[in-house]
Amino acid sequence: MSVAARIDEIVAAHAHREGPLLPVLHEVQAAFGCVDEEAEAAIAKALNLSRAEIHGVVSFYHDFTAKLDPRPCVELCRAEACQARGVEALVAAAEAAAGARVRLKTVYCLGLCSASPAARIGDTLHARLDEMRLARLIENA
Amino acid sequence: MTYERQTDFGTPEALSDTFVTLTIDGREVTVPAGTSVMRAAAECGGAIPKLCATDNVKAFGSCRLCLVEIEGRKGTPASCTTPAEQGMEVSTQTPRLEKLRRGVMELYISDHPLDCLTCSANNDCELQDQAAAVGLRDVRYGYEGADHLGTQTDTSNPYFDFDPSKCIVCSRCVRACDEVQGTLALTIDGRGFASMVSAGQQGDDFLSSECVSCGACVQACPTATLQEKSVKAIGKPERAVVTTCAYCGVGCTFRAEMRGEQLVRMVPWKDGKANRGHSCVKGRFAWGYANHRDRITKPMIRDKIDEPWREVSWDEALTFTASRLNAIKTQYGARALGGITSSRCTNEETFLVQKLVRAGFGSNNVDTCARVCHSPTGYGLKTTFGTSAGTQDFDSVMQADVILVIGANPTDAHPVFASRMKRRLRQGAKLIVIDPRRIDLVRSPHIEAAHHLALQPGTNVAVLTAMAHVIVTEGLADEVFVRERCDWQEFEEWARFVAEERHSPEVLEAVTRVPAGEMRAAARLYATGGNGAIYYGLGVTEHSQGSSTVMAIANLAMATGNVGRRGVGVNPLRGQNNVQGACDMGSSPHELSGYRHISDGDTRALFEADWGVTLDEEPGLRIPNMLDAALDGSFRALYVQGEDILQSDPNTHHVAAGLAAMECVIVHDLFLNETANYAHVFLPGSTFLEKDGTFTNAERRIQLVRKVMEPANGMGDWEVTQALANAMGLQWHYTHPAQIMDEIARLTPSFAGVSFERLEAEGSLQWPVNAQFPDGAPVMHVDGFASGKGKFVVTDYVPTDEKTGPRYPLLLTTGRILSQYNVGAQTRRTENVVWHEEDVLEIHPSDAENRGLKSGDWVRLASRTGETTLRADVTDRVAPGVVYTTFHHPATQANVVTTEYSDWATNCPEYKVTAVQVMASNGPSEWQESYASWSEKSRRIVPAEPAE
Repeated sequence: MSVAARIDEIVAAHAHREGPLLPVLHEVQAAFGCVDEEAEAAIAKALNLSRAEIHGVVSFYHDFTAKLDPRPCVELCRAEACQARGVEALVAAAEAAAGARVRLKTVYCLGLCSASPAARIGDTLHARLDEMRLARLIENA
Repeated sequence: MTYERQTDFGTPEALSDTFVTLTIDGREVTVPAGTSVMRAAAECGGAIPKLCATDNVKAFGSCRLCLVEIEGRKGTPASCTTPAEQGMEVSTQTPRLEKLRRGVMELYISDHPLDCLTCSANNDCELQDQAAAVGLRDVRYGYEGADHLGTQTDTSNPYFDFDPSKCIVCSRCVRACDEVQGTLALTIDGRGFASMVSAGQQGDDFLSSECVSCGACVQACPTATLQEKSVKAIGKPERAVVTTCAYCGVGCTFRAEMRGEQLVRMVPWKDGKANRGHSCVKGRFAWGYANHRDRITKPMIRDKIDEPWREVSWDEALTFTASRLNAIKTQYGARALGGITSSRCTNEETFLVQKLVRAGFGSNNVDTCARVCHSPTGYGLKTTFGTSAGTQDFDSVMQADVILVIGANPTDAHPVFASRMKRRLRQGAKLIVIDPRRIDLVRSPHIEAAHHLALQPGTNVAVLTAMAHVIVTEGLADEVFVRERCDWQEFEEWARFVAEERHSPEVLEAVTRVPAGEMRAAARLYATGGNGAIYYGLGVTEHSQGSSTVMAIANLAMATGNVGRRGVGVNPLRGQNNVQGACDMGSSPHELSGYRHISDGDTRALFEADWGVTLDEEPGLRIPNMLDAALDGSFRALYVQGEDILQSDPNTHHVAAGLAAMECVIVHDLFLNETANYAHVFLPGSTFLEKDGTFTNAERRIQLVRKVMEPANGMGDWEVTQALANAMGLQWHYTHPAQIMDEIARLTPSFAGVSFERLEAEGSLQWPVNAQFPDGAPVMHVDGFASGKGKFVVTDYVPTDEKTGPRYPLLLTTGRILSQYNVGAQTRRTENVVWHEEDVLEIHPSDAENRGLKSGDWVRLASRTGETTLRADVTDRVAPGVVYTTFHHPATQANVVTTEYSDWATNCPEYKVTAVQVMASNGPSEWQESYASWSEKSRRIVPAEPAE
């Protein structure tokens, strides 16, 4: 199936919504691992918005990326609660474990403040991390 | 006038009938409810510091510079987003506010190149002004932190640059593109500190983005981030003169910003009632033709058209011309002479040309380019409503609920009005488009037509009759309106006619190829959706049934009660800047100014007394008749002012033959146009920047054109016509166009109250301006139709004789593109060619596949009258069986292909329907080759001998 056809399918699935753009972008990001130029243009056409409008939204949110990054991604929370529970001390080791193979991305709050420090890989959340658990998670990502 | 920026009230005007009174810094001010505190302050002479606010876009509240304190309220609200309220006490300058504003300004300046002295916006920069206004003295943050100073300038647009290093990310450009232009081509890329204005998407620059180069962003920019290249090259203007654009019939007013005799830029004038401060790429930027090297500024003559031109003095040229004209008149009689007035020249100039023909030549052989565009409008609306003009002003569209666009492509041909229409559509008005082609309005960001009736070219009358059938048979007609305003008997007759089964959408579907259900739904929407406004263009008029279509439109509007108030009406979108005016000024062979028939003795007597001549009582020849008469030898001399009939009129071979048969063709133009290849006399013309006068736009609005520089040829066009008249022995003594307008007003009841003094004082007037309508008439037929009762006319659908067959199986229809104007004489000589350097042929993928064509291929386009070659653009914008092109380029000459068929009532050519064949080609057609060599030969010029 061509990119445009798949995007049309995704848009059709959300067309009934009042504001379909964000759900569409999430699904496109999930399907292709990015929202690239071609996808932006196809979404713009399908939703009857301008290409610039789509690009403004895509570039605003960290969850959408312009280019496909095939590496596994570990999202590490470095918001206030996680900081209070010592996440900053884990960062150097996490970066070393990630190296060039894993993309280590900082996020701000995963909603697990009471069980922090926390991280997310795909849709799976991981709480109460220490240096070793985090390193293992990254290595296995 | 010295150079001053236009007043910026910060936020748009509020249109409320209730008023509130508040106090700002101790001054009491009363404003309409809904007015922002910022605007209220500006209206009482104050100036609250601001950066992200400008009065042509909605308040945004992001720059935090316009903070104020309000008695009894906590905090420091932004004055742009705070509505004025009754009894409010506002302070705009307090120590607390000063501190806050300085802090904000320090942040802005910490990331700004401090190159003011060498910046193109120096002394014309709002950031500079506001830094001064808040008393910035130092920047505590220093300049060492992260910044945007290393960003690259985008120079891709031919008219303006985008330098992000100077950007303060106020979003004014983005909002102007969204709200004013409605293209939404700009966005803010990224977030936080990384936020940058961006055109289009990843990988785009301004040129490759959806940007249409209207200039709204450049106008909105408070810094030099978006800046005209001309300002960078020339410098800041030193004076500004308000004048009227000479492109389309919207009639935008601009400030021509000058430096000495040099035009620096054209900036839309906010007080202009036609454009309300907006512009398009043509009027805003495409004025470079005025000083193009191709421009001819010396008169030229030659005995025969295959000789080279000889540059001569004005005296010699005028004597030569007058003696030829007088000789032809003596030998063949007055009716062997004629003239064509220009819809691009002023009312005064047009009036003089028809006066020269009627009073000097002694015939009524005067016609105008409206013959080939809106002559059916003149006929159709005069017959039904009693006046040959649109019923509304442009502002009226903001009160329309259902907008019906038929045979018009406003986003390309009338872009500034299209932006207004799109604004109304984004507010929720419904849209019906009747057009064979999927024009941009059918679907473009935030705009979607409820119904697009993609009819077969040539079936307008059938579609409109089918819609009338639905309205009548389903009981949707406004009987109360019809009984009160129209002739009831005529209505009944019409209603019986349209109600016949043969006019049902189901039966006519076979002819129109529009699904019956769509026609029914569109008719119901127009009849019941609230205020219904019809806008139409040349897709209505340029047909064998052009006049019938105009009357069918008028019938529809009357039957549904959609005439005589705001938000409704029938609105022809006139093509050229002054086509309305040219028609008003008596440019038709059968009419004197104000649409009074030449056979009317009283009217004739009025003119005869004033001019001291006897007028011919017989209507004269129309353009096509002049050409026919030239071929049979009875028509010998033609004076053409500002029109290129060879390129613009149909069936080029026939036009060329007609011109070649004449003994004296006088072309009065800026350039050696295509018609000049067949001329004996070339009189150099002047641009709209070089003369005084008036233009009348599509909403009947008369506006002043002001001279901002001396004519390069030495004379305004009105002076040239006067000199020619005097060389022929007439005694004309006009010293200023205002005197010509006085004569027009004296002789034309609908212009009775018009004068340059009033226009100067009031900005513009919409005719009629007379005892009945002393201040003009923005909306017509409010208290009844001009003719008394509105007239329903039975419009039987008669298929055109131009039919497809085995040899010519496709239908060609023609149109316009945004960046080019008409025959392109002006726009081809500007940077606008970046967007459209050649005419292309749009063809549907299935028709292309059958012929083995792909986009970019050379194709031969042939009809029974001629053939040409151009490149193909394979697109589903057009339906199968339909092809489309533009006629902006003489190398293509699309009119080689169009036929001599024309409107039954007015001879308006049937440009919109030609049966054609399209096939692959590998080079120019024979005509293109022979014409190109003729054209080259005919354009040779021998310079004048230097004076002893």
